[in-house]
Amino acid sequence: MLAVKLREIKEILEAQVLLGEEKLEEEVFTACGADLMSDVLASRDEKAVLLTGLTNVQVVRTAEVVGDIKCIIFVRGKSPGDDVLEQAKKAGLVVMKTKYPLYIACGLLYSNGLTCRSGEKNGALQ
Amino acid sequence: MALYSKEFEVKARDFDSAGEVSSNLRAILKQLSLAPDIVRRSCIVCYEAEMNIIIHSYGGTIKIEIFEDRIRIIAEDTGPGIEDIELAMKEGYSTAPEEIREMGFGAGMGLPNIKANSDFMDIKSSKDGTVVVAEILF
Repeated sequence: MLAVKLREIKEILEAQVLLGEEKLEEEVFTACGADLMSDVLASRDEKAVLLTGLTNVQVVRTAEVVGDIKCIIFVRGKSPGDDVLEQAKKAGLVVMKTKYPLYIACGLLYSNGLTCRSGEKNGALQ
Repeated sequence: MALYSKEFEVKARDFDSAGEVSSNLRAILKQLSLAPDIVRRSCIVCYEAEMNIIIHSYGGTIKIEIFEDRIRIIAEDTGPGIEDIELAMKEGYSTAPEEIREMGFGAGMGLPNIKANSDFMDIKSSKDGTVVVAEILF
């Protein structure tokens, strides 16, 4: 498990930063990818980056509820609405978007050392 | 005797407000300097309960009660009720319509998530509505 700066994540995913440019020096250790927010809520793993193809305000709400998410990355080139960005700003989140699909984006980050911190092996439910 | 008690209204189908009660709860619990895990679990329980009222009921309330040793979250709604509680507790079982799934919910994880994140949970449901009580111990 490696510490990865949000700036490195931006570079790996060739992402565009939509919010929180000033926070790109922050380091994260973990990430998760999901389109179902119920799954994000159900997971007990620590997660600092959330990759998702869902672009509604529930993504930000979920990040707030989970508490440890610092950065949301929208995949497949999707752009969130202004209401989503406004809510994310209030929550102090970094928001990016990447053209890569969820599977590839997760794979790129994982292979660059951003894995998961979990009591369960690789986050798998047992 | 609760040290703190507050009731929030939750409107049916008001997806824009979904999570507001939970945000309020987070702010309250942070002021009390509770452990992050307690805050996280309480907020997840509250959020899922809110979503359930918004998705499945005709409207209801969420009452937050804080005691010296626990948080109690009471979600009460008027609505069609849960036909089969045992089935509703099963992970992945959902009666939510497609439009809800498109919002990232309705995955059949709501009640199981509430149970997983609380130390005590009770559901009472009839054709007039549902009451879910969950407690998180400090």
